[in-house]
Amino acid sequence: MEKWIERQKHIIDFTLSSLLRRKGKNAALLVVYTLVVFMLASVVFFVQAIKREASVILKDSPDMIVQRMSAGRHELIPASYLDPILSIRGVSAARSRLWGYYYDPVAGANYTLMVPEDPGPPAGTILIGQGVSRVRLAHEGDTLEFRSHDGTLIDLEVKGTISRESELVSSDLILVSEEDFRRIFGTPVGFATDFAVRVKNPRELSTVAVKAAGLLPDTRQILKDEIFRTYDAVFSWRGGMMLVILCGALLAFIILAWDKASGLSSEERREIGILKAIGWETSDVLLMKFWEGMAISFSSLLAGVILAYAHVFFTSAVLFEAALKGWSVLYPEFRVTPFIDFSQLVILFFLAVVPYTVATIIPSWRAATVDPDSVMR
Amino acid sequence: MRKSSLFLLFLAAGITLLVLMFVHASVQMKGGAASLQAKADLVGQLGLTDLCLFTEASYTRHLSQADLHTPFQNGPVSLEHFPSGSLVMPPAAIRKINGKVD
Repeated sequence: MEKWIERQKHIIDFTLSSLLRRKGKNAALLVVYTLVVFMLASVVFFVQAIKREASVILKDSPDMIVQRMSAGRHELIPASYLDPILSIRGVSAARSRLWGYYYDPVAGANYTLMVPEDPGPPAGTILIGQGVSRVRLAHEGDTLEFRSHDGTLIDLEVKGTISRESELVSSDLILVSEEDFRRIFGTPVGFATDFAVRVKNPRELSTVAVKAAGLLPDTRQILKDEIFRTYDAVFSWRGGMMLVILCGALLAFIILAWDKASGLSSEERREIGILKAIGWETSDVLLMKFWEGMAISFSSLLAGVILAYAHVFFTSAVLFEAALKGWSVLYPEFRVTPFIDFSQLVILFFLAVVPYTVATIIPSWRAATVDPDSVMR
Repeated sequence: MRKSSLFLLFLAAGITLLVLMFVHASVQMKGGAASLQAKADLVGQLGLTDLCLFTEASYTRHLSQADLHTPFQNGPVSLEHFPSGSLVMPPAAIRKINGKVD
């Protein structure tokens, strides 16, 4: 065993010396390779963590949302629509939700105004999300001005802010009383934005939805499962930006592999010839090339993955921030809980290390099986 | 020190950091369980349906509630003028309706 280890160490010594002879080219390769792995791993880590966070956070969202549609658009729903829904066997609860968007010209941001179920804030007061607090520099005791549907200005006092931990779901939220909501938007009494429905048995949900659609033909039903699937597909590989990143990474790998697979340089070829001439076996040459592949690709994998982890979970994916913010004025400041599993590493390994190592070994094997005399000429 | 020893040390350090990464993730997941539950409670209490990831447009703020009249209506790969539209897929319900043109 000791002899085997010593043999490997000698070959590694030789391989590293050989790599160091072309240190400029190999250093550039190492840096680019690390960057490609870093980019891919950052995307994989971030997307998985967000998906998992969404699945945990949204598990208590309503089982079904019922919205009234008119001329292809979402319309206010009459409160009288609640009774047919409550009459469906299997429905345990249904309540109307009042929520809407408010564009704030002062900050240039969109807020989500919502009326919570009791106990909500008393009339004349609001609770605001951390994002709203940041863009308006508003804190407890301050007053925010809202322009209502008829142009009158309404002053509402900030009674408090929603916790910082929940920013991923509440950053742009403003919780108002029902009275103030109706004053701002002019929503008539007896109408709501939509209904949130709870169903006793989740397996009956699709049946309940079909019955609701039959009873109220001008409504659409959004099932919890659809909400989950929406967030499961968020940042999917088919989404534009993700496809661009993946294509970029894939092309980079193809260029690297092609560069290696298209043949060895005459210097590398001569080196193999000399090694064979002084008594190296073909297997020794292949072992050397294996360690060369490992030195470049495995080192890049290690560095890329560790840097990506730090990037996503310690700096909240700061490099993706500009892309994620888009044109949003109000953006949540959140740190996703690290969620990684072994399969992600295996995928990155097979994507980064295996193709490069194979592409390094095959042309070397071809060169190593040729007569040393002809290779050296 | 031999080059091979330095290289093997580097590999060992890298693999150790990789293992520590999993340990850190596991500790953070356990520690963050309360915070995640607090968020889930708020979602349940207010009846929320979406994450506040993109606030630039109504249909990206409440992605699962997006309407058919939003820019996604023409097809899941239609041109989209808000940058976040290039990061997320249209909601499942709309993809289902537009499945034939996808």
